Formats: sequence, C-alpha cells, structure tokens
Amino acid sequence: MAAAESYPDDLKYHEEHDWARVEGDEAVLGITWFAADSLGELVHFEPPEVGSSVTKDQSYGEVESVKAVSDVIAPLSGEVLAVNEQVVDAPETVNEDPYGNGWLIRIRLGEAGEAETLLDAGAYRQLLADQ
Amino acid sequence: MKLIYEKSQSGRRASALPRHENLPPVPELPEELRRREPPRLPEVPEFELVRHFTELSTRNFGVDTGFYPLGSCTMKYNPRINERLAALPGFARLHPLQEADGAQGALELMWRLQEILAEVTGLDAVSLQPAAGSQGELTGLLLVRAYFAARGEAEQLRKVVIPDAAHGTNPASVTMAGYELTPVRTDPRGNIDVDDLGGKVDEHTAALMLTNPSTLGLFDENIEEIERIFHGAGALMYYDGANLNAVCGISRPGDMGFDIVHINLHKTFSQPHGGGGPGGGPIAVRDVLEPFLPVPAVVRRGEGGFGLDYDRPQTIGKVRGFTGPFGVFVRSYAFFRMWGPRLREMSEAAVLNANYVLARLKDAYDLPFDRLCMHEFVLSARTLKKEHGCTALDVAKRLMDYGFHPPTIYFPLVVPEALMVEPTETEAKETLDAFCDAMLAIAREAADEPELLKEAPHDRPVKRLDEVRAAKQPVVRYGFDEHPAVQGEPRAVATEAPQGV
Amino acid sequence: MTQHPFLALTDSDREQMLETIGVETVDELFRDLPEAVRLGRALELEPALSEPEVFAHVAELAARNADASRELSFLGAGMYDHYVPAVVDAILQRGELLTAYTPYQPEMSQGVLQAIFEYQTAVCELTGMDVSNASGYDGTSVAADACYVAKHATGRERIVVTEATNPQVRQVVKTYAAGFGLEVVEVPHRDGTTDPGELERAAVDAAAVIFQQPNFFGCLEPAPDLVATAAEAWALPIAHVDPLSLGVLEAPGRYGAALALGEGQAAGNFPSFGGPHYGFLAARKEFIRRMPGRIVGETVDTAGERGYVLTLQTREQHIRREKATSNITTNQTLLALGGLVYLTWLGPQGLRELGETCLSLAAYAKQRLEERAGLQPVFSAQTTFKEFAVRVGRNAREVVAAARERGVHPGYALGRDYEGMDDVLLVAVTERRTPDEIDRLADVLAEVAR
Repeated sequence: MAAAESYPDDLKYHEEHDWARVEGDEAVLGITWFAADSLGELVHFEPPEVGSSVTKDQSYGEVESVKAVSDVIAPLSGEVLAVNEQVVDAPETVNEDPYGNGWLIRIRLGEAGEAETLLDAGAYRQLLADQ
Repeated sequence: MKLIYEKSQSGRRASALPRHENLPPVPELPEELRRREPPRLPEVPEFELVRHFTELSTRNFGVDTGFYPLGSCTMKYNPRINERLAALPGFARLHPLQEADGAQGALELMWRLQEILAEVTGLDAVSLQPAAGSQGELTGLLLVRAYFAARGEAEQLRKVVIPDAAHGTNPASVTMAGYELTPVRTDPRGNIDVDDLGGKVDEHTAALMLTNPSTLGLFDENIEEIERIFHGAGALMYYDGANLNAVCGISRPGDMGFDIVHINLHKTFSQPHGGGGPGGGPIAVRDVLEPFLPVPAVVRRGEGGFGLDYDRPQTIGKVRGFTGPFGVFVRSYAFFRMWGPRLREMSEAAVLNANYVLARLKDAYDLPFDRLCMHEFVLSARTLKKEHGCTALDVAKRLMDYGFHPPTIYFPLVVPEALMVEPTETEAKETLDAFCDAMLAIAREAADEPELLKEAPHDRPVKRLDEVRAAKQPVVRYGFDEHPAVQGEPRAVATEAPQGV
Repeated sequence: MTQHPFLALTDSDREQMLETIGVETVDELFRDLPEAVRLGRALELEPALSEPEVFAHVAELAARNADASRELSFLGAGMYDHYVPAVVDAILQRGELLTAYTPYQPEMSQGVLQAIFEYQTAVCELTGMDVSNASGYDGTSVAADACYVAKHATGRERIVVTEATNPQVRQVVKTYAAGFGLEVVEVPHRDGTTDPGELERAAVDAAAVIFQQPNFFGCLEPAPDLVATAAEAWALPIAHVDPLSLGVLEAPGRYGAALALGEGQAAGNFPSFGGPHYGFLAARKEFIRRMPGRIVGETVDTAGERGYVLTLQTREQHIRREKATSNITTNQTLLALGGLVYLTWLGPQGLRELGETCLSLAAYAKQRLEERAGLQPVFSAQTTFKEFAVRVGRNAREVVAAARERGVHPGYALGRDYEGMDDVLLVAVTERRTPDEIDRLADVLAEVAR
C-alpha cells in the first residue's frame, strides 16, 4: 500500500527529490513521495558501503523500479554510518513509508552550513507545483 | 506449459552422430581441463522436441498471425521467397573466409545492395557491416569522431544533440561512443523546437541525431532550418533510419542534408523480426566520410569482379565479425528487387494506412498533435485515465482480447499514456477497420465497463503477468536443484494449468 | 500498372480512405515536406521483378559461390561447418516465431519468452554460470559488451586480451574500446598458448583479462591458471569459448571465470557467409544487474500461473537511455532459438560424443597429413581440439589456391593475422568430415604443399 502524498515540515529537501532529517551532527537521508510515486513500486536499492563518503549533489546509490532506475542524490555531504537493511530486503518499504521506515542511509555530516542551501517543505512543494 | 527441462527423461536423445571405424582413440585431455559434470541439457526424442517447440509457437503472435501495429517497428509482411533464397546452400553453406573468387555471387549481391541503399538514401558510400540499428548508430558516431579527429577537432567537439522524443538507443549510443548528450525540446507542432535548438548548438557540438519523420510520426517542417544550423556550426547530421518506411522514393535523407544514415533492414526492408532479431543496420555516408567506414569494404574490381578491400588506413575498425549479417542482405536484396522504383507506392500506402486509422480514432482518444501523420502516429489515453482510470496499458491488454497485437505504449516519453500505431503498407482496409472498431469499442468499455480493460487479457495463454515480481526476485534460468527430475512428474513454480500442459 | 503482390489497397479502397481522412489525393498527405527535400523523380533502380524472376536472378548469384556442398572444406577460424539438423529449419520457419517482434507484450509472446528462458538455462549449463542474456549480435560484439561490464564493475580502464584470441574479436574490442575510454593490451602467445607469468605482468590494473578456449590456433590454454592470474590482479577473468567444446572441456564457471562468452554459430546456425548468428554472454550472479541485452525472467500471472517476461529492462536503452548498460535493442533471438533447438537435439550425450568425434578426427587428420604429405603441426607440444596449425612448404595462400583447383579448401592461411606465419594453415575438422575426406585432404596437400 503506497503512502498518501506528503512532505513533512520537519525535513529539508533537495531539488532532485531527496530529503534529509538533520539530527545534531548526523542526518538521515531518503527520497520524497514524489520520487517514489514517479518510479512506481521499488524493486531494488543499491546502497553505498558503510564507512564510505557521500558528497552533496552527487549520487550515492540507485533505486530501481520496473519502469526506471534512478540515482539517489545526496542532499548533504558526510560519512555513511548506516544503511537501512529493511529497504535493501524489501524496497517497497520506501513507497509505503518514504520518510519513516523507508529511510535509506544515515550519515555523519561532513560540512557545516550545507543544510542552509536546502529547501524547506514549502519551497519544495512550490518546486513541484512549478514543474 | 512445461519447460523442455521438465519433459526431459534420462537416456533419451534426439541426435545420432556419424560413427567411424578405425580412428585413433580419443586423445586424452589434460586432467585440469576436462569436463567433470555434463551440462544438464534436455534429454528428449526428436518428436518430443518438435512437439514442444510447435506448442511454444502456438503461444506466440507474429505478423503472420494478425495485425501487429507496433509503432516504430514496421511490422510488415515478410515475403517467403526471401526465406527460400537465404536457405540456398550457395549462401547458407558459404564460409565467410572463402577466397574472393569462390564467393563472387555473395560479393556481387552485397555490392548491388550497397548501390541500392545509396540511391534510396541519397548518399554516396555504404557499409553493410553493423548487425542492427543500434550498432549502426554506434558506428555512425564512431565515424563522426574519426572525421573530426582527422581534422584535429575531436577534443573540442564533444556534444551530440538529440530530441527529447528520440528512441532510447540514441542516447545510449551517444554515451557508448564517448559523447555528451544535449537534449533539445519538441515544440507543440511536434517539430524540434528551433528556438531551443539555437541556444544548444555551439562550438562544442559534433552532431545531431534525428529521425525524420520523428518518433511522433511527423515530418519536421523545419528541416531546412535545422540543416542550416548544424552545417553552419560545422557539425554533422546523423539520420536514424527507423522511420524510412514513410519516405522511400519521396524524400531522401541525403537530400534533407543528412551526412550519415543507418537503415534498419528488419524494419523497412522486410527482414523478419524473429522474436527480437536478427536485424541489419547498414550505414550510408557522404563521400567525405567514406575513408572511415568499417573494414573490409566490398568493392568492384576491374573486369566485373568483386572483392574485399582491407587496405583502409583511416577506417574506424571493425564493429562486427566478417562483413555483416549476410543472410539478412539476401532477404532485403530480394525485397528490393521485387519493388524496384515502385518503392514509392510502398511508402504512399504506409502513409495512407496510418492517416486513415488516425482519422478514425482521433476523436475517441487524445490527439497530441493535430496534423496529418506520416507512416505512424501517436495518440494518448490521458483522458481515459483521468475520467475512467484506464491507462494505455489497460487499452493494450484489452486489444489482445480482440485478436490484435497492441501498438507501442509509453513511447515516446514526451506524450503521457502514449499509444503509437504503425499499420504499415501491407495491411488491407478491412483489417484497419476491424482494428479501429476494436479501439472504439474499448474506449466505450472504458467508460461503461472498465473492469474489462483492467482485468485484460482474458483470452491469451496467460493472464496479466507480474513484472514487479520478476524484477524483485529475478529467476532467469531453470533451477534444477529446486525442481529435481522425478520420473514422469512435472514440477512448476506456480499451479499447473488445468489442461495438464 | 499491376497491383503489387505486397499491397492490399485497391483504387476503391484508396478513394474511401482519402475521403475519411479529408484530403483529395495521396500527394496531399505529404504536404508537410518542403519542396526542396523532395526527390521529384523516380528512384533509379531496376524495374520490379516477379517472384519467379527474383528467384532465378538470386539463385544464379548463389550458384556462383563455392560453398561447402560443392567444395570439400577444412576452413574454420571462428566459423564452422557442423551439421545443422532439419528440426532447426522446421522450427525457425514457424511464422509465429519468425515474424514476431521483441516480446514487449508478454501475454502475446509466451512462446518466444519461454524459449529464451530455456536458451538462457542452456547457456548457463554449458558455461557453468548463473545468468545469461538473451543473446548478443555475435562472438565479437559480446566481447566488447563484456569490456563495458568490466569497466563499470572494476572502475579500471585497461583490457588485457591474449594474442591467441580470434583476431576479429580483438579488432572489434579495440574499435569499441575507443568509445568506452579503454586501453587494450595484448599478451603474445608462446608456442601456441599463453604463459600465465607473462599474463601476470600485463594484468596489473586491468579491468578484465580475455582469453579464448580452445584458442584461435585450436590449442588448449592453461585456462584455470590464466583465470587465477587474472583474479589475483583483481581483474575479471573472461573466457571466450567454443560452445561445442563444452561437452569435453570444463565449464569456465567451474574454474573461476567471471564471464563466459563466445560465438554461437557452431551450435545450430549455418555459416551463411558470416551471419546472422548469435553471441552468447553469461556471468556469475553478482553481475546480473550489469548484464547488457535482454533477459527473460520467470513470474506468475494474476491467476497464479507461471509465465515469462522481459525483466531487468531498466538497465536497457529504452528506459535508462544515456545511462544504459548497452545500446542493444534488436538482438539475435531467432538464431539463439536455433541454438536452443540444436542443443536440445544434441543432448548432453550427443555433445560429449561430438567433442570426442572432433578430437578423434582431428588426431586422425594430423596423423595422415604427416604420413602422406610430410606436414608437421606447428605447435606439436600442445593439445588441440578440432583445429590445428600445420606448416606447409611454401606460401599458405598459394597452397590454398592450388588445393582449391583440386576441389579441396585445406584451411585458413594464418599469415594474414600473425607475423611469421605465411607458411601456416589452420585446418578445422568437424564431425561432418569423414576419414575418406581427410585422406583426400592429405593426398591433395601431398601434391601442392611443398
């Protein structure tokens, strides 16, 4: 069962349809409802290695549905602390709960101040409306 | 239906091989190189083999079975004379490394085919080597690279322009050839957006890749302007020949300004599609590009003989073994000889058939571009989806119940819920009418009984298949260990069909 | 003008159709074409022929070729005169298979899809691998495909290939490598095979090592050692193999190859002057998402019945577009189907017998050439499969010409492809050859080879 459309206010957003939940000097990353809906039911998640680094605006992995494969873009830079194995085993979790159980990776933030450049929920909703 | 492996019984076989007396014993192979476990190939008698594959064929639909309007694929009649000719031992049993004097018939056929393709495309030199359209594209891009490298401009010219409506092979070929992709938009009339184009062509542009008519089935009205822009910038123009069926004998890509063309022998020129190949993707080029063509070249020598020329210092190299898919050339050559200059009638009929179907369907479906089409057209199921929740996919599946192969769906990407229809010239008016009647009935069903579409197909060997499951848990071979051979008892992953197949 | 047999439209049909469309003439349908791009004349092609005339003309062209039904041939070098059974012709002429397209609508195409699934299984069984694609264009382009896989799997940009690999395979790899940004390095052969020590030096920083088994000279390479050497350098070991050798030779998957590929022609296709044929490509399971080309997978329908679909299509050109694993669309399904029918006909017993027959007949040929014509194999220390290189007393091309005047094609002159081998012939012996035919080869060479 896919989730209903939503863009929680407590998250930051990247224009490539990725979100970040900043928690002190760490962040949890994932893809937005719009991305999950466009792809359709996910069948595969190709995660980065724990311990590797991700760079803002660059791809850190892939998600795949029957229709398409898509790069997952890092909204923030840092070091990978954890990969969500639940999504690796059951990729459709992302469609069911994109912001909760459907998180993709957790990172230790690398650069201070990067989060300022991200969109808030209102700005992201506006970006979607303008598309 | 069972797999051939599920019909296998240890000890059975379909083959008997020649045996010879008094040969030396089988030489011993080094121990570490020897096969230990035999491959688990099927063990069936010849008759079971024939029954199995015959049954498989009855579960398949070809052009021979019925109307197959797959847009962009040109599913026309495949003349049977072509099969008889390709099977002649003089062709079938001819080794490609035979000396030239022992292959004059084959070389002459290839040379004549090259001449025909040059005339039909309006270009100067041809290579028959590429095995399919996409290999032809890659070859064409390698030619572009070689041409500019010879002029010392390769470093600078890095980009290839492709319309957003292009077939997916085009951008993939661009990447494989080491170029960057510059997309250009389509305008509301279905032409390349010339304003967008102006901003995208610069001193780094190597080439344009375009098909005309486009994947939307529309002839680009700005083709002359496009030619001025690209040649003005010193770039080359590449023509994807997938839609050549629309314009044979009427307009030639060389005359439109294109410098390189690939031709799909399995589309316009009747090589059967074979369930996904073989194809043939020869390329035709303007003479400035001739030195770079793949090696060897098929040439005419003095005194009417033909040969292979390997002495081509500027060649891009080889894209395929030997001189290309020769059996495909035999079929296409025979096809050309049966049409001659009457090819024009072929294209006229293709365009007439497409416009007729479009005229009958355009009020029942959404029409993205209100123009006459060429040999194919695109409609959209957008309103059906919005008002009745029935998608292009649902329409396609329901068409199967009416005995037709569906058109291409969800391509080109610029049209949502796209249905691309290409009837080809070989269809009779009654067939077109039956198809239109079915499409109109389905549009009505979408409003009145949408479950008929959503649960379609009803009458095929299988119901709608779960593609998500296939991608999530890929099972891409028969697993002997999950299905151990048991005497006489088939095992299946899902429930066996009631008829006991 | 007479109605063309490939058109159904009559004048009356055209009239009605034009009226429905709302134009007066067929010419009006082309009104979007600017005047400047119109041909404005008839195509300069010879007039249309009837079927009987086309048959006579093209059959005359066929008759001017010295094919293997007219000239006793020992030509191999990558394309072989193995016997193609009648069942292959019969199945490939079924119109439902012959005239179908790529199975994008699986419910209409269960025949082709199941056949490809069975083919994929057969290729995995032969090669000892976990996943096979639905076929590539031929044995040369699948090698190029494999280089693309290796580049993306390892991030490295060098390909090592043995000199004893088919020259056309090497040439095609080099042509594609230019576009992939790959460097290609060759390791020379030593007395007809490849030395693992030499390979070790070349394999540093390589994405892949490609070798052929049996190699182009017909010799057996020390395949497990070559594979181990590649693996130690973290390069992907890629084996280019003869499918009909795999009844007697070990499967590449069993000695550690990452990918196994080759030319399928020998298994079920006529030589047909070089094509069309099929290339096969198989890999260990970790490469499944990197495999180029079509792949068929098993699934179920809404009623729970087993069925087959194209799967992992997201990797292919039509969805990923510029990020695709390759640009292949049309592949070689019908020819691969020929391969499946052939391998089913042959069966595992037949495949082993075929291999043993080739070994025996080739051994017999070596013996007779020595006894009757005084000719020695070039690589006498090596074990060979169905082909071997033999030194003749003069230019091999001249020997070929002289032998052909006596109705025998004795084999491929290697001087075209290898330095210092102008006097070497590559002789291929398949199960179609008989001892009498081999005796005749020996007699002819006795006359012309010195």
